[in-house]
Amino acid sequence: MPRGVWFSVGVVLLFVVLPFVYGNHDLLFSMMMYLVLAQGINVLFGFTGYLPFGYVGFFGAGAYGMSLAILLLHFPPFAALIAGAAAAVLVALVLAPLLRLSGAYFAIASLAASEVLYYVISNPHLTSITQGPYGINLAAVYDSSASYAVMVAVLALALGMVVYLRNSRTGLALQAIREEPVSAGFAGVNVVRERTRAWLMSAALAGLAGGAYAWHVSVFYPKPVFDLNISVFAIVFTLFGGVATLSGPVVGTLLLYGLYNWIGISQPQYFQLVFGVVIVALVLFLPNGLVSLLRRVGANVP
Amino acid sequence: MCPSALLSVERLSKRFGAFAALDGLSLELAPGEILGLVGPNGSGKTTAINVISGVYTADSGTIRLEGRPVGNLPIHRRTRLGINRTFQVPKPFKALTVAENLEVAAVHSNAGREDIARHLDLLDLSPLADRQALTLNSAQQKRLDLARAMITRPRLLLVDELGAGLNPAELTRMAQMLQEIARSGVALLVVEHLLGFLRVLTSRVVVMDAGREIFEGSLEAAAKDSRVIDVFFGH
Repeated sequence: MPRGVWFSVGVVLLFVVLPFVYGNHDLLFSMMMYLVLAQGINVLFGFTGYLPFGYVGFFGAGAYGMSLAILLLHFPPFAALIAGAAAAVLVALVLAPLLRLSGAYFAIASLAASEVLYYVISNPHLTSITQGPYGINLAAVYDSSASYAVMVAVLALALGMVVYLRNSRTGLALQAIREEPVSAGFAGVNVVRERTRAWLMSAALAGLAGGAYAWHVSVFYPKPVFDLNISVFAIVFTLFGGVATLSGPVVGTLLLYGLYNWIGISQPQYFQLVFGVVIVALVLFLPNGLVSLLRRVGANVP
Repeated sequence: MCPSALLSVERLSKRFGAFAALDGLSLELAPGEILGLVGPNGSGKTTAINVISGVYTADSGTIRLEGRPVGNLPIHRRTRLGINRTFQVPKPFKALTVAENLEVAAVHSNAGREDIARHLDLLDLSPLADRQALTLNSAQQKRLDLARAMITRPRLLLVDELGAGLNPAELTRMAQMLQEIARSGVALLVVEHLLGFLRVLTSRVVVMDAGREIFEGSLEAAAKDSRVIDVFFGH
């Protein structure tokens, strides 16, 4: 059995069982959404070293791809979800040349690209297609339990993808690219193809999460699905837990998003203080994330 | 073009802005041959390796491997055709273990697990197999660089300043390794400042200055050539 399978099964089962004992299903849903986004960041940043600040663009593309497939093409929700993922992948294909940039240039360019996408979608002149700034209403297909179940499936897919990368030659090649792209070429790795594949996989995860989110909330404006905070949260959760691991982004999301919901909503000022301190402490003392602490004491973390 | 040449480079040029790093370099290399490439700093030796290996694309000129033009292929395609190299400053995959470093190259060049073990052994890396590459010292990283290149079964190996920073015992051992590699039929193009190290390896050298070949022949004849003396010691 590949490493990390049992861990993944455990996390998925947790979200299958929890709704029966815990009433705040919306919180569970958002928690899963961030788990998926954090693993999506992990696929890209952890395995190839590209940090996409505009990651939310794929999430928004997924939310709108799903919604427009329902509203304009009258797709059933499940088919529309695939359309949402396809929309995100399409955006990623168009943006693939950004992978020629590196470091901060890539981070900023991807952020700009997601802003462009937001302004296109919320443009009042496109109201007949995207509903422009007036937002989406999917009340006709609203189904809270089905959309929850879909997010559980997307979570399973996201975890499965990272398990695959942690145990496969593709994952090893991606890590080689992250470490030394030129040497990876001299190891026979097709650098452009492999990192584009990671980029598309990562975009597909965000697109699926965005589609499931759109279905779950049913009514939304363009701003919240293109909110930069979504990128920042997913990135911080991933870094906090530890990139290029399976458990790191899970631990990071459960702890920090849990913290956010515990004090972030009732006392936002304290939350920002705690959040800031946590991030500074992390960068200073645990640059490889929380799970690196476990590894340092010899634990074999997936 | 000599019909038996493995590598044939013709009139290769590469500019960086106003600076001509390569200015019409031509050279040929037969299977199993070791050719030294020497010249003062900035004469274009490393650029030659970078262009032949695909790190840079030449502005003009041709690079042929067994008559096949390879000058426009990406690095991994050249690697699969049998061109590989080491780096002046080794570039291992630092967060991966030594064995994983070789595994990346093995799986992408259809080498098997036994090849990983064999190359670890060949380059005295077996005791370090499970160490992260970043914990290796410079000499060990150089051997890892060489192992990563060798596991892809190159026919042409470009060696950039492999001797720098090695102690005398390591130099002797490295020279033996390179000679064994050449004896197996691999052509070696060796950029080297350490002429003593180069003398052990080969008698044929090309001396470069300002991106051009100014001399070709034995190392001994080079030392007596007035143009070579000029570029190394001035007038």
